[in-house]
Amino acid sequence: MTLRKYLVLLAVVAFGATGDTFLARGMKQVGSIDVQHLPQLLHALLNPWVFVGIFCLLGFMWSYMTALSFADLTFVLPATAVGYVVMALLGRFWLHEHISPLRWLGIALIVGGVGLVAGGPSRTEHPGDSSSEGGQ
Amino acid sequence: MRVLYTWVCIAITVCAAAAGDVFLALAMRRIGDLGELRKQHGFRAVLGRVLGSSALFCGIFFMAVAFFSNLVGLSWADLTLMGPASAALTFVTNALGAKLFLHENVDRRRWIATIFVCLGVLLLTRS
Repeated sequence: MTLRKYLVLLAVVAFGATGDTFLARGMKQVGSIDVQHLPQLLHALLNPWVFVGIFCLLGFMWSYMTALSFADLTFVLPATAVGYVVMALLGRFWLHEHISPLRWLGIALIVGGVGLVAGGPSRTEHPGDSSSEGGQ
Repeated sequence: MRVLYTWVCIAITVCAAAAGDVFLALAMRRIGDLGELRKQHGFRAVLGRVLGSSALFCGIFFMAVAFFSNLVGLSWADLTLMGPASAALTFVTNALGAKLFLHENVDRRRWIATIFVCLGVLLLTRS
């Protein structure tokens, strides 16, 4: 794994976390949407938070596609789960939120999972792959 | 009734997200390392190969289904159920999809990592 590849994984984490946060905030403002009124979803797209969230998720999409071009899906997904930890730690140290012992256990499990997957190869070699570069 | 709707939303979100990820991973594996491709042939070639991939558009379609299903679920405000359940279940269904359809080498280390992350996300978002 090169520095560029770690930066791509970092971009997946950053864009994913910010996109979800903006989207959740926007949908809170939009309010409930009934199953009978699904076109209201288009109205939700006009909300500025939802709009910025979608913009961030486009950045997420591009970096995610780049990550999948050099690593397995079962490597990228656990490796980028570190975003949950970043959000929890931001909540603890920036917003002074309380983190219960169960949540600390959750953080430890995610860090353990990320450490496990990051220690192994990032790519399964298949005959006929376009990528010339594989392995770690 | 709302609980039923929420679980239907979770099921649609999880299945569609897994299908989207598997199609996307398949497309990107066929296209090759985007960084290397850009270095060798330039950005226009990258864009051409990405936009010419049918698997990619299948992936985007399923991701859009997952996105709107998630959006509907979030609008019902049952965040404490919707968020953790769909996030944690997606890790497992993706690992299964990657093993079955992409033939990735999901060895014991990756299964343990997936289960760790799945449980961690569940604890982090539920408690």
